[in-house]
Amino acid sequence: MKEKPRILVVDDELIIRQSLSDWLAESGYEVEAVEDGFKAIGEVKKKKWDLLLVDLKMQGMDGIDVMREAKRISKELPVVIITGYPTVDSAVQAMKEGAYDYIVKPFNPEEIDLVIRNIIAHQNLVKENIYLRQELKRRYQFKDIIGKSRKMQEVLVLVKTVAKSNSTVLIQGESGTGKELIARAIHSTSPRSKCPFVAVSCAALPETLLESELFGHEKGAFTNAISLRKGKFELADKGTLFLDEVGDMSQNTQADLLRVLEEREFRRIGGSELIKVDVRVISATNKELEKLVKEEKFREDLYYRLNVVCIQVPPLRERREDIPLLVEHFLTKYSIENKKGIEFIDEDALRLLMRYNWPGNVRELENVIERAVVVAKKDFIGPDELPPSVKGKPKEVLKSSVADHNLSLQEIEKRHISQVLEATNWNIKEAANILKIDRTTLYNKIKKYKLTKPA
Amino acid sequence: MLCFLPKKIEMRFDYSSEILEKIGIPERAFDLKRNQYSSTQILRNILEFTPENALKIIGLISVDLYIPVLTFVFGQAQLNGKAAVVSIHRLRQEYYGLPPNNRILLKRLGKEVIHELGHTFGMVHCWDTRCVMHFSNSIREIDVKEDKFCESCSKILLSKL
Ligand SMILES: [Zn+2]
Ligand SMILES: [Zn+2]
Repeated sequence: MKEKPRILVVDDELIIRQSLSDWLAESGYEVEAVEDGFKAIGEVKKKKWDLLLVDLKMQGMDGIDVMREAKRISKELPVVIITGYPTVDSAVQAMKEGAYDYIVKPFNPEEIDLVIRNIIAHQNLVKENIYLRQELKRRYQFKDIIGKSRKMQEVLVLVKTVAKSNSTVLIQGESGTGKELIARAIHSTSPRSKCPFVAVSCAALPETLLESELFGHEKGAFTNAISLRKGKFELADKGTLFLDEVGDMSQNTQADLLRVLEEREFRRIGGSELIKVDVRVISATNKELEKLVKEEKFREDLYYRLNVVCIQVPPLRERREDIPLLVEHFLTKYSIENKKGIEFIDEDALRLLMRYNWPGNVRELENVIERAVVVAKKDFIGPDELPPSVKGKPKEVLKSSVADHNLSLQEIEKRHISQVLEATNWNIKEAANILKIDRTTLYNKIKKYKLTKPA
Repeated sequence: MLCFLPKKIEMRFDYSSEILEKIGIPERAFDLKRNQYSSTQILRNILEFTPENALKIIGLISVDLYIPVLTFVFGQAQLNGKAAVVSIHRLRQEYYGLPPNNRILLKRLGKEVIHELGHTFGMVHCWDTRCVMHFSNSIREIDVKEDKFCESCSKILLSKL
């Protein structure tokens, strides 16, 4: 059976609340009635409603305030304003602000019946739409990797393809782009998924420790080796070994790693027994390995061993369209983790997130959302919950431009315009707004200083 | 003239029914400003006169009824409750400037009585315009519907009786 449409009645008159609720209940609607705007907003936050019937004239928050606030929380929620004859003008005003309709007390049954029927019929359509959107969300999500952008979709196709094979994979991308998630996704969709996924960060450990970490050691192999210890290669047998920050590996470790990859066997440090393993290696780096090879800091032969299949993970600023999806994902995650009922992020906050440059990529975004969820006092995230780094870009830009006292006025203008453009992600309208010049002037200056939008 | 009603009610709800003595309309039910009677007040009054052995009771009244949010109502019922009321005021042809017609009036009355009693059994409005549980916001819609429950409402009603 279909779910009953849910209607919230907001009116300060008890008799209106009662008679409207009773009457609507006869039509099989699920009705609740509250006497003021604050309670109404509480209800809107708590539950899903198909329609809000709000009295225009109320103490405290009036009907229009309630509507504005409710729409901030749930943009699509239809609001019908209840009004008496003397205040029809304000009700018309409410229509301009987004009310679905207004009805004059006492209602003509034909009129209110029609208004409600239309809304409910429309709502059913909207619901199907929301379902579609959730479907899309599922489609754009592969394990924990989220992205509908073309670049991410390409990455995911590659992930699915290489997962089936046994080949060595090199994942390249800036730090915080989620390289380990990609590696895990490959592992968990591969035939090795039932066996271990073992991760090692090559940057975190000094050379000798890294070697013992990778290959293990026998008891007494060195001063602190009080007992036998299996290395990650052994632990990852039949599974996947993920070598993070592989570009930070010393020359010696590189040589050892190459040997294991070629011979598929090794000895523990201080041991003589040859240990055979079947391990798939996925490595990752935020450095340009090719460049390191040219500089002879990374072995060319190892590079080719690791780089059988290469996956380039794009930085977040090159896939900004994924930010809303990611935000929603982290919001849900940290809202649950912190037992908070954060439901959404408001438009202003999202706009700031969309235009920020994200040098720390998805990890930085995740941290920002986690922090916002922790500090949030309301049930949504607004600009107040965002850190200054995300919010205050244009102002800081101004400071840094003028800090250098050896610049000509023209040079300062050029730099400042360039930075504002960058900060606004080349949104000409927004940049012109910040600079307080019109768009034509801005275009002329872009031409004059030969500023170009980064690819 | 109303003796057809008990039979009709028995047919639809499978309970026996009878017509009781007339009762007066309480003064407090009248709203001077609206020149109408509060159907909620009248329901309360009807409840006071309900015999103990009655499962449901429905009042028939000739004055115009209202509830505070609506300009008028043809009738009102306590959803899942005991009492209901139907006004014949707007069921008469005369109200619409037409010559009186008892046959039409009784037909409309029968539908509205079944409809309001349906509410007391917990039935809610039905989207089927031919079903007696369809919400009629105008006399036209009352005339369109029949005095019986549609198939799906019949099933629901069976589970509620
Ligand atoms: Zn009804
Ligand atoms: Zn029906």
